[in-house]
Amino acid sequence: MLKNSILYTLIMNDKVGRYILAALLALAILVPILNIVMPEDSFLHVPTYTVSLLGKYLCYALLALALDLVWGYCGILSLGHGAFFALGGYAMGMYLMRQIGDRGVYGNAELPDFMVFLNWDSLPWYWLGFDSFTFAMIMVIVVPGLLAFVFGWLAFRSRVTGVYLSIITQALTFALMQAFFLNDFGFGGNNGLTDFKEILGFDIQSDGTRLTLFVLSAVSVILAYLACRFITTSKFGRVLVSIRDAESRTRFLGYRVEHYKLLVFIFSAMLAGIAGALFVPQVGIINPGEFSPINSIEIVIWVALGGRGTLYGAVIGALVVNYAKTYFTGAFPEIWLFMLGGLFVISTTYLPRGIVGVAESLMGKRKARSTHGSDDSPDQSDADNDKNIGEVKS
Amino acid sequence: MNILIRAICLVGVISLSALVQAQEIKSEDPQASEATLTEQRQATEAEFKSLLEDLNGKSFSAKSKAITALSLLSDDRTLPILKKMQDGELFYRKSDGVIVFVAEVEEGLELTDVISGESLGVVGSRDARKIRINNGVRQQLRSAVALLELASPDRKLRLESARNMIKSPDDSLREVLALASKKEKSDEVKHLLDVAIARIDIQSDDQEVRADAVEVLGTAVEPEAVAVLNSLAKKGEDGKYLESNVEIAKLAELKLKSINTKLGIFKFTENLMFGLSLGSILLLAAIGLAITFGVMGVINMAHGEMIMLGAYTTFAIQQLLPNHINVSLLLAVPAAFLVSGTAGVLIERIIIRHLYGRPLDTLLATFGISLILQQAVRMYRANNVPVVTPDWLSGFWQVNGALSITYNRIYILIFALFVLAALALLLKKTLVGLQMRAVTQNRAMANSMGIRSNWVDALTFGLGSGIAGIAGVALSQITNVGPNLGQSYIIDSFMVVVFGGVGNLLGTFFAAMSLGIVNKFLEPVTGAVIGKIIVLVFIILFIQWRPRGLFALKGRFAED
Repeated sequence: MLKNSILYTLIMNDKVGRYILAALLALAILVPILNIVMPEDSFLHVPTYTVSLLGKYLCYALLALALDLVWGYCGILSLGHGAFFALGGYAMGMYLMRQIGDRGVYGNAELPDFMVFLNWDSLPWYWLGFDSFTFAMIMVIVVPGLLAFVFGWLAFRSRVTGVYLSIITQALTFALMQAFFLNDFGFGGNNGLTDFKEILGFDIQSDGTRLTLFVLSAVSVILAYLACRFITTSKFGRVLVSIRDAESRTRFLGYRVEHYKLLVFIFSAMLAGIAGALFVPQVGIINPGEFSPINSIEIVIWVALGGRGTLYGAVIGALVVNYAKTYFTGAFPEIWLFMLGGLFVISTTYLPRGIVGVAESLMGKRKARSTHGSDDSPDQSDADNDKNIGEVKS
Repeated sequence: MNILIRAICLVGVISLSALVQAQEIKSEDPQASEATLTEQRQATEAEFKSLLEDLNGKSFSAKSKAITALSLLSDDRTLPILKKMQDGELFYRKSDGVIVFVAEVEEGLELTDVISGESLGVVGSRDARKIRINNGVRQQLRSAVALLELASPDRKLRLESARNMIKSPDDSLREVLALASKKEKSDEVKHLLDVAIARIDIQSDDQEVRADAVEVLGTAVEPEAVAVLNSLAKKGEDGKYLESNVEIAKLAELKLKSINTKLGIFKFTENLMFGLSLGSILLLAAIGLAITFGVMGVINMAHGEMIMLGAYTTFAIQQLLPNHINVSLLLAVPAAFLVSGTAGVLIERIIIRHLYGRPLDTLLATFGISLILQQAVRMYRANNVPVVTPDWLSGFWQVNGALSITYNRIYILIFALFVLAALALLLKKTLVGLQMRAVTQNRAMANSMGIRSNWVDALTFGLGSGIAGIAGVALSQITNVGPNLGQSYIIDSFMVVVFGGVGNLLGTFFAAMSLGIVNKFLEPVTGAVIGKIIVLVFIILFIQWRPRGLFALKGRFAED
């Protein structure tokens, strides 16, 4: 009963988020139906290709949520969140690699193809255990979490903040990229991990698997959204916001700032890892390019454009930017980078609160005109409260 | 046959000694020697011509004789002719037998008279024939060329020749070498000649001669000499020396030990030099970043693209002045400063100005700018553009057989130090510099003292970007110039700034140099990539110890 009431308050107090959640839920239910029930030539039919594409976007949305939690609410601008995403992806990829078994090009049941190619005679120790799905799923969460713990513990303890922290996180993902590019590192080098066959015994290419993965992604985003919402509305979340706005003052008030930062950073990294793990089976490959600094910084632009400090803003931003990316890289490949660059400039100079901020101020004006501020419902005051949280002083 | 060659060589040796003596006289009494030399020249001009004609004589023995005789004359024209002949590229005109150099042109062959150096016009490809040589003549030519080169008054040529002698030992040249070594005045050349002789002697049957040779080889660091010693000291699988004379093998092993110490020192010097040059590149790339970060507290992610703009400016200027490559590089320095500097001021005025007090937003906005600039350049030229290296930058300085340093590394080091010094002067001695430092230390106070901090910001940003442009000119000489040029240096530059401390030239200098050196010393041990990762991890750990860098600003203003 208690759980129900928490869920109830979470949902009822989040006006916009409610719609977003409803939309996600509808997506999760409608898309499979449209894919299976509708005949292929129908206007309403959703091809499997689109399902996977949408699934990919949802993984990005999950990633954006993770970043928004640390950046929008705690002021930690991580330029290395792609690293956690990629680590989760690699953990999943390793499991999928082991599932190939002897169906690889070299037909070696013991070793993945690239190890046979490199003349390795046995599996390195860090590959042990990845035959088990459970173990791999634990690793999807543990590995990014562990990295975030070590890195965050070092960084927050010595009070590395602001741009310094951003640069160091970027260096972190850059270093990991360089390492994963090495053949000797044991993760497939340049080519990464690919040629997956099965997941839990299901053919990874089949429509059913793809639909399932899509639904899983949608459900993950919904759950992650609720979890983040729970964190940010709790007392813990209020402390995070105060750290964002006045770190020294929070410390002087007696809060152990570094502990709060570390916890939220680890949680965020784990979310990113899950996003990566969902991402890999849907796109069918993971390679060191996922670690590249530009990928990480692109996540930031999703959140910035959507509206940092609002969880639904992050989701919207990820979906919008990635849809635009798919469209423009197909239709006008030359101008996409101009657009992306322009997005960075415009969203920081003119839209500091993102699309969501613009929408809110438009709605606010209309509302003010129609009601002249007589509305004093708890709903409204809560939205105001949200807005205060949403305002970011980076 | 062998005896014959030896005999001829002996003649050569004797004449060489005469020749060297003549030169000695020259150096003792310039007036007198001048007189004798001119006389000699007059007397030999006719002889020279007839000897040249003999080069194309009927029999090979006649050719050999002519070669020997020619090598005894001190005439500058002889050496190139003999060299060409050695390569089998000396021709004679079919119609009258005149000996010529030949260059292939579209219409046929262009002939050049070997004596006067005048062009004799273009003829058909069948109108000139190669002068044929056989092994005997080729051998003859080798010693003649060696003789002439080693007797040359040009020290560089002698040095070069001596090095070649070490690389390809030839026991028929031993006497020539021994005599040349005796007469040689330059210690360096003499040493090389002795090593060359030792390389020949080591093949001898006389064990004492061999032992002496090992002694000489033990003083050398040339890779060829070390290889000889290594093969002498080699042990078989049973732990015994492969060399039949155990004494010599032991001696060689002993010598190798001291050589390896020496080689270690040279390797160290080489790494240090590589490290310093990498450090100076990092310094150039990071110094502008350090200024903008220090004064304005903003990270300019488009800094790498400012470097790229500088490199492309170099390319553009070379395109404009294709015939003045040497000058164009010098012109490119101020041009790149202006181009990148202007771009910097524009960026500051249009975008960054609106983002003060929001460093993270500035970081993102400048990243956007960097994407736009990269794509703009990519649309101009998708691939790398070729930037020419001028002559005075190419080539290398051969310190000794084991150590050589390319000139561009030295120049970049000097250039980086020069830029650093100029910048330090600007900051310490000019009004603008004073204002910049004031704004760095305390913006509010500087404002209240009447400094227009927003103009200082614009100027600082322009200055930082301009220096990045200059870095681009330097980088264009050592790396590929393409749209991604800036990207490959930006993270390293950040590391330098973070490591050295913000807004501090000295810190930046030390950080750049130490990172460069550490990188280059790690590279051979761990491989380039792992080395880089170790450095990155080190910096992340270093930040724990000193969150504000090596040379942090102290005091109240340091806290934000």
